[in-house]
Amino acid sequence: MIKKRTIGLIIYLALLFLPIYWMLNMSLRTNADIMGVFAWYPSDPTFANYMKIFTDSSWYSGYLNSIIYVSINTVISVLVALPAAYAFSRYHFIGDSQVFFWLLTNRMAPPAVFLLPFFQLYSTFNLIDTHIAVALAHCLFNVPLSVWILEGFMSGVPREIDETAFIDGYSFPRFFLRVFIPLIRAGIGVTAFFCFMFSWVELLFARTLTTTAAKPIAATMTRTVSATGLDWGLLAAAGILTIVPGALVIWFVRNHLAKGFALGRV
Amino acid sequence: MNKWNNNKAWFFILPVFIIVAFSAIIPLMTVVNYSVQDIFGPGQRFFVGVEWFKEVLQDVRLHDALWRQLGFSSLVLLIEMPLGIAIALTMPKKGWTASACLVILALPLLIPWNVIGTIWIIFTRPDIGLFGYLINESGISFDHTAHAFDAWTTLMLMEVWHWTPLVVLLAYAGLRAIPEAYYQAAKIDGASSWAVFRYIQLPKMRGVLTIALLLRFMDSFLIYAEPFVLTGGGPGNSTTFLSIYLVKIAVGQFDLGPAAAFSLIYFLIILLFCWLFYQVLQAVGTGEKS
Repeated sequence: MIKKRTIGLIIYLALLFLPIYWMLNMSLRTNADIMGVFAWYPSDPTFANYMKIFTDSSWYSGYLNSIIYVSINTVISVLVALPAAYAFSRYHFIGDSQVFFWLLTNRMAPPAVFLLPFFQLYSTFNLIDTHIAVALAHCLFNVPLSVWILEGFMSGVPREIDETAFIDGYSFPRFFLRVFIPLIRAGIGVTAFFCFMFSWVELLFARTLTTTAAKPIAATMTRTVSATGLDWGLLAAAGILTIVPGALVIWFVRNHLAKGFALGRV
Repeated sequence: MNKWNNNKAWFFILPVFIIVAFSAIIPLMTVVNYSVQDIFGPGQRFFVGVEWFKEVLQDVRLHDALWRQLGFSSLVLLIEMPLGIAIALTMPKKGWTASACLVILALPLLIPWNVIGTIWIIFTRPDIGLFGYLINESGISFDHTAHAFDAWTTLMLMEVWHWTPLVVLLAYAGLRAIPEAYYQAAKIDGASSWAVFRYIQLPKMRGVLTIALLLRFMDSFLIYAEPFVLTGGGPGNSTTFLSIYLVKIAVGQFDLGPAAAFSLIYFLIILLFCWLFYQVLQAVGTGEKS
């Protein structure tokens, strides 16, 4: 019984990995090779596609821009969501449940139509083509999600811990930083992962609010597709590289992630 | 759960409120403003009342897009939720295998959405893509650029491939939060594995599954980049979902008024469904606790 289940899981993971493997396979071959023969694996692997990305500044700056605004967004989202989530999980106040649900509704607006208002708004503040503009725009959906996830983790921590700390004479900020944050560290890791993920993959806002100086990698890719026709090898290599930063983040937080998932009630 | 009463807690929410107001309420007001005006250019606007709302609600192509969208989202939820829960149940609970599974599962989630479309174009091409090649070798003619059914199949496969991991991650989080004592008690009572699932695991996963369901519903209902890259809304209009049609109006024809009215209706539909889901799931939850 257990064995059958494991086999099912392995088959699923293999199928999940297959399209990514295919991209990896193509990224290691030249265009002529890709279009010429159908091959299960690169018989004559070349790193030319990757070299082009690392040496051409219009390519690698795309990665840097993406990483910068995603980091800013993750930091802002987690920092403002922490106190808010604490308030939602611990206190009753006027309009608490309404505001809590209203926050989530901000994820439901069709991004396509926010484009023009966003462009006007950020033009007014002279923020077009800066990293902070994209980071703030992504707060639209990341801040509410962070509050929701963190609230879940915080509700999993018994309220007696707060009470004990206050009786012991802890001031609120000291209690929050010294006692509470370490308790939900794993939850913060999970939240940061979700913020990172949703900001990293979003393209519509990022493309609208940037022209050159803060252009994200996903936009660089679309532009290149139309400019040079279909350079499959280069495209596949760029695609593989978009997974790398995220994969590294998961790799470093994987223990926290597993632990966070074990602790949290999301 | 009993909570402290304290209206000063509003101060904790203030930063969130300011950021979201800046990035949501101001643009939303602009959209509402557009939706009641006829816009010719800067400074040339005329108030037209609910004209655009009437026009949009009577648009036959919008009705088609809405039914298509509802069908797509329901199919996606029907496949992804059970599959995600099933996979989460088979995941190892600790050790390096658990970490490895988590990392592999998260990979599709980390790819920008338009790149997902690009990957699947490559993957399903009959000459150079593995999937397209294999399916054509097996004698089935498959072409997502020519047949509506094939386009739908490809999109569904892509969507399930892309987003089931999110359901798995959340369901897994819910499962890991169940104390071992529950399982031991169930074992002593001689509960079957189905009973354990139905009366322990499922109720305990309610919170995370609510989030998973809401997120999946919203994102599948707002899907844009993947079908746009993969099929461009075709063949014909067979994969023209609401957001693709919306962008066609807003950017393609530059009809800002109708586009704004359209998006407000779009927003209200999602809001209605999410609210219903939320209410139903909350009601189910309280029923089980008592």
